[in-house]
Amino acid sequence: MKFAVIVFPGSNCDADMANALRDVCHCAVELVPATATTLTGYDAVVLPGGFSYGDYLRSGAIARFAPVMAAVQAFATAGKPVVGICNGFQILTEAGLLPGALRANRSSQFICQASRLHVCNPHTQFTTAYAKQPDIQLPIAHGEGNYYCDAATLADLREHQQIVFEYVDNPNGSVANIAGIVNRQGNVLGMMPHPERAVEQLLGSIDGLGLFTSLIENHREETHV
Amino acid sequence: MSKTSTLTPEELQASRAYREWGLTDDEYQRLCDQVLKRLPTHTEAGLFSGMWSEHCSYKNSKPVLKKFWTQGNQVIAGPGEGAGIIDIGDGQAVVFKAESHNHPSAIEPYEGAATGVGGIIRDIFSMGAKPIAILDSLRFGELTEPHTKYLVSQVVAGIGGYGNCIGIPTVGGDTGFDACYQHNPLVNAMCVGILDQADMQKGQATGVGNRIIYVGAKTGRDGISGASFASAEFSDDRESQRSAVQVGDPFMEKLLMDACLEVIHQHGSALVGIQDMGAAGLVSASAEMASKAGSGLELNLDLVPQRETGMSAFELMLSESQERMLLCVKAGTEDEIYDVFARYGLDAVAIGTVTTGHQYRLWHHHELVADVPVDALASDAPVYQRDSRQPARLAEQNGEQFRPVITDAVATLKQLLQQPTIASKRALYQTYDSQVQTNTVVQPGSDAAVIRIRQTEKALALTTDVNGRYLYLNPRVGGEMAVAEAARNIVASGAQPLGITDCLNFGNPEKPEQFYELDEAAQGISRACRRLDTPVVSGNVSLNNESNGQAIYPTPMIGMVGLIRRHQDITTQDFKQPGDLVYVLGATQGDFNGSELQKLLTGDISGALFDFSLTIEKQHQDLLLTAIQSGLVASAHDVSEGGLLTAIAESCFGRGLGVTLTSELPAAHLFAETQSRFVVSIRPEHQAAFETLVGTAATYWGQVTGDDQLRVQAADQRIQVSVREAQQLWEEAIPCLLKSRD
Repeated sequence: MKFAVIVFPGSNCDADMANALRDVCHCAVELVPATATTLTGYDAVVLPGGFSYGDYLRSGAIARFAPVMAAVQAFATAGKPVVGICNGFQILTEAGLLPGALRANRSSQFICQASRLHVCNPHTQFTTAYAKQPDIQLPIAHGEGNYYCDAATLADLREHQQIVFEYVDNPNGSVANIAGIVNRQGNVLGMMPHPERAVEQLLGSIDGLGLFTSLIENHREETHV
Repeated sequence: MSKTSTLTPEELQASRAYREWGLTDDEYQRLCDQVLKRLPTHTEAGLFSGMWSEHCSYKNSKPVLKKFWTQGNQVIAGPGEGAGIIDIGDGQAVVFKAESHNHPSAIEPYEGAATGVGGIIRDIFSMGAKPIAILDSLRFGELTEPHTKYLVSQVVAGIGGYGNCIGIPTVGGDTGFDACYQHNPLVNAMCVGILDQADMQKGQATGVGNRIIYVGAKTGRDGISGASFASAEFSDDRESQRSAVQVGDPFMEKLLMDACLEVIHQHGSALVGIQDMGAAGLVSASAEMASKAGSGLELNLDLVPQRETGMSAFELMLSESQERMLLCVKAGTEDEIYDVFARYGLDAVAIGTVTTGHQYRLWHHHELVADVPVDALASDAPVYQRDSRQPARLAEQNGEQFRPVITDAVATLKQLLQQPTIASKRALYQTYDSQVQTNTVVQPGSDAAVIRIRQTEKALALTTDVNGRYLYLNPRVGGEMAVAEAARNIVASGAQPLGITDCLNFGNPEKPEQFYELDEAAQGISRACRRLDTPVVSGNVSLNNESNGQAIYPTPMIGMVGLIRRHQDITTQDFKQPGDLVYVLGATQGDFNGSELQKLLTGDISGALFDFSLTIEKQHQDLLLTAIQSGLVASAHDVSEGGLLTAIAESCFGRGLGVTLTSELPAAHLFAETQSRFVVSIRPEHQAAFETLVGTAATYWGQVTGDDQLRVQAADQRIQVSVREAQQLWEEAIPCLLKSRD
């Protein structure tokens, strides 16, 4: 399985994501600049964390206009998996690929800590590995992770099981404790916690591995059918 | 401060405007009589005001810095280069340096702290190293003061704002609070990088005809004469000095760092030298590059990318606009270099050329505005041997130690745990991304941060330390203790100490009592560095830390790096499991002068500092490191402020475990700050091997328990406290103080 990790100017978790995919999950991975106009040849696309374009104006607001975003849009429309982590989630909401928005944390401060999560939907292609272990712990590191959507959108997200990760102890004020969601089709995931930071025991946790193994396993099954 | 109007040489001489830029009359005279043998132009005098500032020239501290121990087989590059470099084997090296941004942070705490971080990062990547960690050593006034709360929240936000964005983890440091820092906070930032030795760079401009390329942000009027400003004492009109503080853009720096590292790694054959534009901006970077190489240099200032119109040559040369670098590249390779920077959307412009001879020439609007010997700027600054006199407070000390009376040790412990210097700093450090780059094995909160080195079994332990109170009572021994404590933190993490960087934060060196403190402290630091084999490889001097004539405690921040040979040696301070045996390595005396307890009980510190032996220090560090490397140690924690009981409580907090201990010491001694001690826990099966190794140096105190109680039977009283309750007090103290409005 071949991943594209998009590198916007100011992305800073791109190398971490590539290392997790290559060194730990043994996948093919390429860093793709934001100037790229095609994503042909990749099986999955990851928008990594960081401060794309300095998060100036509003996090993700400038990145959504990067040349590569048209290709990301087409990739998503084709039903292929797209994952946005942290700043990547912010970009996906700004680009309209996921509903809602991410506002400044309730404390108005950046928060870096381990965060307990509940996997509320273990049936997505990103979460099947968590079916037997729905309570996990992943690091968060963000200043604008306070998920917001209106009541109608929230009802919609619930109805279609689009809420994938919930905080156990809401750290940032997110509506309905939301930490991560998928789109209606289930192929675009956005989440604030960092699974790529939790793939080695040496660094304290391997709870993030399930996300990658789910994707890889489900891709393998799909290509075998 | 100079605005756009330019004075003639005669007008400058008559008006003595150079005084405003920090040049003394004597220095101006030296410039006229000895260096130029004519009157300097406005621009020339400006160049010298920056380059001869303490910040750039170390004119007051050079005689002191010469005393530092800088030797060691592990040293690849010591003081003099942009940052120190130490060999860690396998063709790799660790590069590190610390820098102070005290004055800017006092005036404009967010940008002052942010640009302090930005500046030290440039020092590291300009050596060819990839920055892997940031640490911060901070000192503030009492946290009960409203202004301190403002400074703390803004400084912390500035550090996080820069480090989080650029993607370098902020992994450690130390924060302390004492009234002497009320108007003069200390903001010292340290950056650590990893270097493939083949990529090592020098800030030099060699080869006649080679080109000088300016890269990064455009030059504006921010931070003009910042180096001179940083080298002067504060007075109450500090608000008017705000324009001397720079503004940071971490996004720009991220692009600049990535582009520069790409040039170093992939275009190394074109690159001759690289240096950041820090204090004294363009003149400092260019003059140092030329002077180091014995070259001449010619720059055309009209080509400098400018963010404002009508800037004078003086302003262009002395601006401290951030996120700028200067490269020297081989003639004919300019386009290759431009292409790299263009891909990152950055300005890259050839603004000058390496010339024969040793003159430094600046052209502006087709006029030769400066023509001076390059060494006069960079190497030949005056050096002052300042007078030294022991302060009266030291001469009058008697040998008596403070004798605390502790009737309720639990109450004392609870109070100590809530003192801001001891209390948990989580509320501060959790606003820093400490994990980006996914190498952080031990996160903030333990004795030292630990960063693994990918593709190896090795890791680095990093810490900053100094207790200014000890130095206030005895600058020389306090200086030894600062290095020793840093090394204890490194060793407790399972690492062999490798070397140090420092920020020497002191008062006005023209006052003999202040110079005495600097000189004595340097000798203490040097002695400890020699004994502990931790040479000084880089550093920075921040003098004139005074406000309205009142100096800070002498506070030489020590930043230390250690090498962990194998991942399995990585050790943390928390007790690991019930049943583990607890030992105290090192004897405890009634050492209370300068202690947190003395401050708590008397409101101040006083008396003669207690004794300290570097020989015992070294023995205990060696014993602990051997025990760790032999796989015998479950946890290790350095005993520092607040003494043993505080250290034991902190070891309980990590996993919420209790202890049941017995000691022959009276309860008061559990708060003594005797040096050279560790709290160590081991698995029961290692008891025989551990005791054989440490002999009488360590004493068995008891066991780790699974319940929530910290119990110590002292000689005179029984101490019992809920770990959860103690931890809550310790964790909530700083957030409560920051939020409270009185």
